[in-house]
Amino acid sequence: MSRVTRRRVVGALVLVLLLALPWLINAYAISTATRILVFAMLAVSVNLLTGVTGLPTLGQSAYFGVGAYTGAIVATSVSAVGPVQIVAAALAATVAAAVTGPVAMRARGVSFLMITLAIGEIAYVAAGRLDPITHGTDGFSGIPAVVPLPGMEPLRLDGLVYYYVLAAFLVVYAFVALLVRSPFGLTLRGIRDNEDRLRAVGYPTTAYALTAYCIAGAVAGVAGSLWASAQQFVSPGDMGFEVAALALLAVAIGGLGSMWGSCVGAAMVVITQDYIGGFLAGYSTLLLGVLFVLVVYLLPRGVSGVSLRRKVAT
Amino acid sequence: MTAALELRSVSQHFGPLKAIDDVSFSVEPGSRHAVIGPNGAGKSTLFALIAGTRRATGGTVLLHGRDVTAMSEHRRVQHGVVRTFQHSSLFLKCTSLENVLMAAQRVAGASWSPVKPLRRRRDLHETGLDLLERAGIADRHAAPAGWLSHGERRQLEVAVALACRPRVLLLDEPAAGMSARETERLGQLIRELPRDVTVLLVEHDLDLVFDLADTVTVLHLGQHLTTGSPTDVRASAEVQTAYLGAGDSSDLFPGSSS
Repeated sequence: MSRVTRRRVVGALVLVLLLALPWLINAYAISTATRILVFAMLAVSVNLLTGVTGLPTLGQSAYFGVGAYTGAIVATSVSAVGPVQIVAAALAATVAAAVTGPVAMRARGVSFLMITLAIGEIAYVAAGRLDPITHGTDGFSGIPAVVPLPGMEPLRLDGLVYYYVLAAFLVVYAFVALLVRSPFGLTLRGIRDNEDRLRAVGYPTTAYALTAYCIAGAVAGVAGSLWASAQQFVSPGDMGFEVAALALLAVAIGGLGSMWGSCVGAAMVVITQDYIGGFLAGYSTLLLGVLFVLVVYLLPRGVSGVSLRRKVAT
Repeated sequence: MTAALELRSVSQHFGPLKAIDDVSFSVEPGSRHAVIGPNGAGKSTLFALIAGTRRATGGTVLLHGRDVTAMSEHRRVQHGVVRTFQHSSLFLKCTSLENVLMAAQRVAGASWSPVKPLRRRRDLHETGLDLLERAGIADRHAAPAGWLSHGERRQLEVAVALACRPRVLLLDEPAAGMSARETERLGQLIRELPRDVTVLLVEHDLDLVFDLADTVTVLHLGQHLTTGSPTDVRASAEVQTAYLGAGDSSDLFPGSSS
């Protein structure tokens, strides 16, 4: 079986498993699965910047938060229809990224990381202070159940919310997967590999990097909107430093540059925190640290580096 | 006829250090023009000024009669001035073919295209493979550039530059570290370039220079010494003094002057 066929078979099996999940596990577990999907989408966003474009970021939590609050506001005062919230959240997050991105774009590497960290922290503090919009540290509650398409009933069962999130996740995943394989995606990998050379080939590289930043922001915003729909509650804690750090950790565990690896990494992070951490109250962060050290030590290229004998660029 | 490239009193001063001082010469369209000079003569700096990697601190750079002194590097590339690097500068995690496609897709105007997979762009792939073929590394198209040998990287470097469709091609020591056979292959590649491509090369391998070039410019300590035909330059007493370093020991200890 060729590598491509094998990939397709594995992909189809994973899809079937994801579709069958609500029949296989209980309601609490399914809400965890929903959270994994949302977090995986955030990891896909971080991976697009960090793994593909080579810009390590701790700021995607900011755009996740912008998306979550936008989704919440649209849901309570405009429309309970999910796709409307998603589009509004994506637009708001894109605008936020387009405004803050140029500042971060002045730097690369660790300096870029520090600027994005600052962006994330500013967003976090702002969410706690802007009471009229975000309801401050009390959190934004009373978000109505999401209506997947106009004319349908609101989704009240965890299993149905899971399907709503899964559908959005698959669409976004497919979109980013196409992007990475397109000529534009090759340009982004060129920035990661050798930005000076790319300039000498005739590219205004910052314009491309900034576009990637906005797209990654939009993806994080969509994830935020799904978070608001799934939890029916948003608080500043959902966009804190920990969220950004865990998303970067998920990408590092999964393997930089690999989309499915980032998703597996996201699942590992959420499961470690929720389940294994539950037995050792208060030590889940420590466990994540141990997990990270183990992965770096045993799988230097992350989870996605294991199945491929040799590194084939995505 | 307008020169393909003209330098008018171009200077690059780093504080008191005059890396390039008041250099003027022009490169005729379609010529194979070599810039030679001892270590520290300012050849690489001059290249950076022509390519736009650095902005000249004085003087004017004209491209086909147009003042490009203030133009950014990527805009100059779009106007046809394309350089290679002395130390191979490639996209090491991308395959050889992808390295060439990086340039080919921009020339084809596809670099913003976000949907259609690159794999399905037959036109681009054909252009890319053809260039790798001409550079002599077609069999390595699927290998990441990081896996290539030194010589193969030099060949890929040239293929990437050609994929930019240069009108003026700047080759910065293209044969550095190449084996005799690889150098021969490179010479052939440069000779086979269409005559509408002007070539300006910096090279230490003087055999290659005198074999390829129709015009030679000699730089010495950042200053223009002479420009002429290979025969004239070889016979010039000034040039011999510069190379053999009468009264100036800096050339005997490369690095001390650069």
